Parts: sequence; C-alpha cells; structure tokens
Amino acid sequence: MFATGIIVWREVLEAAMVVGLVLAAARGLPRRGLWVGSGVAAGLVGAVIVAAFAGAIASAAQGMGQEIFNASVLFAAVAMLGWHNVWMARHGAGLAREINSVGRDVAAGRRPHYLLASIVGIAVLREGSETVLFLYGIAIAQQDEASAMWAGALLGLLFGAGMGFLLYIGLMRLAARHLFRVTGWLIALLAAGMAAQGAGFLVQADFLPAWGQPVWDTSGLLSQQSLIGHVLQILIGYMDRPSGMQVLFYVLTLSTILILGRLYGSLQRRPAASKTLARAELGKMKLADQVGTK
Amino acid sequence: MFIRIPKFRQACVAVLLFVSTAGVVAAPDEMPVFQLTAKDGRFIPETVEVPAGKKFKLVVNNEGPGPEEFESHELNREKVIPAGKKADILLGPLKPGTYSFFGEFHPKTAKGQIVAK
Repeated sequence: MFATGIIVWREVLEAAMVVGLVLAAARGLPRRGLWVGSGVAAGLVGAVIVAAFAGAIASAAQGMGQEIFNASVLFAAVAMLGWHNVWMARHGAGLAREINSVGRDVAAGRRPHYLLASIVGIAVLREGSETVLFLYGIAIAQQDEASAMWAGALLGLLFGAGMGFLLYIGLMRLAARHLFRVTGWLIALLAAGMAAQGAGFLVQADFLPAWGQPVWDTSGLLSQQSLIGHVLQILIGYMDRPSGMQVLFYVLTLSTILILGRLYGSLQRRPAASKTLARAELGKMKLADQVGTK
Repeated sequence: MFIRIPKFRQACVAVLLFVSTAGVVAAPDEMPVFQLTAKDGRFIPETVEVPAGKKFKLVVNNEGPGPEEFESHELNREKVIPAGKKADILLGPLKPGTYSFFGEFHPKTAKGQIVAK
C-alpha cells in the first residue's frame, strides 16, 4: 500500500504543483478556475488516450517513440512557460496594479488564458499517463492486496494534490506585485528543469550525446528520491545525477527566458519622468493591499 | 485577441533554434545486444553482465501481466514497456562497476543490476 501510494504521489505531485503555480500566476484572470479546470480535464482525457496508445507510441521511431514523445511534450511546455513569462514581463506590472483596483478586467481579460490551460493540460497529461498505466497494472494484476493498493493510490493522490494546494495557498498570500515576480521566477526555473528532463530523453534515445554521465553525483547529499529532493526537482529542476547535456539545456533555457523577459520588459518601461507617478501608484497599491487583507 | 503573431513566432524560433543547434546523432547499429525479461513483477536475469567502455543495447521484453517501467537513477534511464512489448534501451559506454535498475511499477520485487566489466 505504501509503495503504491509513493508512486502515485510522485506522479501526482508534479502535476499538482504545476497546477498550483499556474493558478496562482493566473491571479486576477476572470474565471481562472474554469480555465485551469478545463486544462486539468483535458489533460486527464489526454492521459488516458496516451496510456491506451502506449504500445503504439513506444514502438514508433525505431523503438524511440516514447523518448521523442516525452521530449516533445516537455519542450512544448517549456515554450509555453517561456512565452507566458515574456507576456508577464510586458504586462505584469499593469496587471498587479489592476488586481488592486476595481477595473481589473482591462489587461486581465487579454491574459493568455488558453496558454495557462495548455500548460496545466500538458503537465497533467504527462504525469497522468504514467499513473493511468500504473493503476491499470494494479487492476489487471488481481493481487490479494489490490484493495490496499487502491487505498494507497488514493492516499498518494490526496497527498500530491494537497501539496500543490499548499503551494497555491502560500503564493496567494503574497501581495500581487510580489506574486508575479515570484511566479515568474518559479515558472522560469520550472521550464529550465523541464528542458533538462526533455534533454534527458533525447540523450536516452541517443539523439544527443550525454557529454558526461553524470557530471556530478549529489545523490548521497540530497537524493532526488527523497521528499525534499523530489520537490526541488519539480520546482527548480534539481538533479542529483545530471548529464552534461541536461545541465546545458537547463542553463540555456533559464538564460533564454530571463533574457527574453528582460528584453520585452524593458520595451514596456516608461520614461524616467513618470517615476514619481509610478511611486504614487505603488503607494496606492500598498494601501489597496492593506484594505484588501482586512 | 492578445496574440501578436510576430512575437509568438520569435519566441518559437528562439526555442526551436536552441533545440536544433544540438543536432541529431544517429545511433550505430553495430552494438552488442543483451536481453532482459520482465515477468510477474520481476526481471530475469537479475544480473546482466556487459563489457565496460562500450555502447550496448538492452532489449527489455515485458511478458506481463501489465505494463512495467524500467528505471535506473544511476544510468539516468526511464522507459515504460507495455505488456507484451519489447523496448530497446541504449546504454554505455559505462565505467567498470555495478549499476542498479528497478521496475517502477513493481518496486518491491522488480530489481536488478548491470555489471560492467
């Protein structure tokens, strides 16, 4: 029961933390629950379909279909996360201002809602398909302890979802202007970690050289299998035994997202004369925050 | 609509560029092949001896019941094998040593190791 719970927990946790993070990053978006919810639902349907076609996917591309599929899904998520951050670099400050004011749906309505829904959908699809396969395995194995295993799976699901919820609650306690900075960083790190994971699959398929396997081994210090190691793996892309290629993809992705964010963010920057105005608005925001929390 | 196509295109190009710069390396066909069977939540044989310093292919044949996931933290590999299917796992060149692997869907019973000599 315990082993089952841990497997399901590990799979669910990753998707749940992405959902929690995206939901927090979507603060101020009208009907964000609906958008994110439909992303989760679409991801679940996709997960079942992927699991059903696991055999066909696996035997595609001379037996490397699964690696290519996983890498593509991960890189698609990376692209969307990166795009979201670029968008937020342009509009984040305005959004934070609007969240604290009444007329919030001017910029908020133009937010990339289906982008957020897709990110959630992809995360659920990827982690969900493995969970579906695993549960399918339990179901057909018909062991004596099947009911205990189902109980374990349910516990794992609850714990994973609960941790995603905690992340969301924690982020939502932040003031709007801090929130978008924090979620921006978290999304950049999440994307970098996913790119490294994707690179891992391309190395596994032998499409890319490993360039050192592993470059370092910190599994003794902080194992990726431990609770903290796994959470860090999801949130910031921690790897205890990465290949050189994975480290390269991590660094390239993170710097690309940060540079693009800087580039597009600075285009939006106003002339220095409006600084006092900005400061005045900041004061208003603080006031609104205080009023909001009371 | 909030999409501004040029920017979207730029973002896509940026991502695609750095994915494609790494290039694609074809796998050579001439490499030793080792067989591994997954059955009833176990791996047979549990120890696979391979030559050190050489690329090789591990063919995992899942005779079921149910899917299995071949996973090794030390080798940085994870691959789901549906019941009744075979999966190729490319490995090496390995330094001499022992590398453990397990079946993620049967972590209690499905354990094994690759010994590179």
